[in-house]
Amino acid sequence: MAKSSIKLRAKVKNGVTTVKALMSHPMETGQRKNKKTGEKIPEHFIQEVVGTYNGKVVITTSWSGGVSKDPYLSFSFKGGANGETVTVSWSDNKGGSDTKDVKIKGKK
Amino acid sequence: MIDVKRRVFLKGSAAAGAVVAAAGAGLIAPQAVLAEWNEAAFRSKSVADAVKAVTGTDASVESADIKIKAPEIAENGAVVPVSVSSSIAGVTAISILAASNPSPMVASFALGETTVADVSTRIKMGKTGDVIAVVQAGDKVYTAKKEVKVTIGGCGG
Repeated sequence: MAKSSIKLRAKVKNGVTTVKALMSHPMETGQRKNKKTGEKIPEHFIQEVVGTYNGKVVITTSWSGGVSKDPYLSFSFKGGANGETVTVSWSDNKGGSDTKDVKIKGKK
Repeated sequence: MIDVKRRVFLKGSAAAGAVVAAAGAGLIAPQAVLAEWNEAAFRSKSVADAVKAVTGTDASVESADIKIKAPEIAENGAVVPVSVSSSIAGVTAISILAASNPSPMVASFALGETTVADVSTRIKMGKTGDVIAVVQAGDKVYTAKKEVKVTIGGCGG
């Protein structure tokens, strides 16, 4: 993939790192209908998002099609320092996936 | 004679093409279905079933220590920003449900030891209804809810 589907920011402040991730994904529920044909659009959504810090999982997110298109996720954890790595990766119900690393910014 | 050679050449290139296609298919083969994804919870049609499927119990306590940040009126039900935070100690999981959606279970977050009990995302809401937060700490289950009025539904085409 030439361009990552994830936009990722991580900032540390007062000993807590806040991570914000914006993924681009259609997030089809499987209940929407194609207006022209009347057929249901098959479901296609991110099922799992995993956030790791220094190789340790800090959050495991399970989603349904009830999460908005181009989903946004924000979480925070204690610790983190400028230059350390946070990774966010997603996988969807059709076997698609993507992952992205970002360096934490800010002072402790 | 020329025709025969051409035929051999075509056969050869077709076979080579098939090998490349097979290798490509192997690379993009779908992953095994994730075992952790809680099928029962996400397919449930009622809030009670979904909560039970995700927490393993139906004994939950309403708690004032859970804060749900969501708009009182959502103009666009397709994108409703929701934040759930809690001051309860030792939170291991947070789930977000939209009571009036066909499948109420929207999102579930399993938190690590150092993770702060504060998550945000954006959800779809078909119509006006409660946003329910379910927080698990130890073996206890706490809930809170907040009504969000939706003027344009976000489910359906």
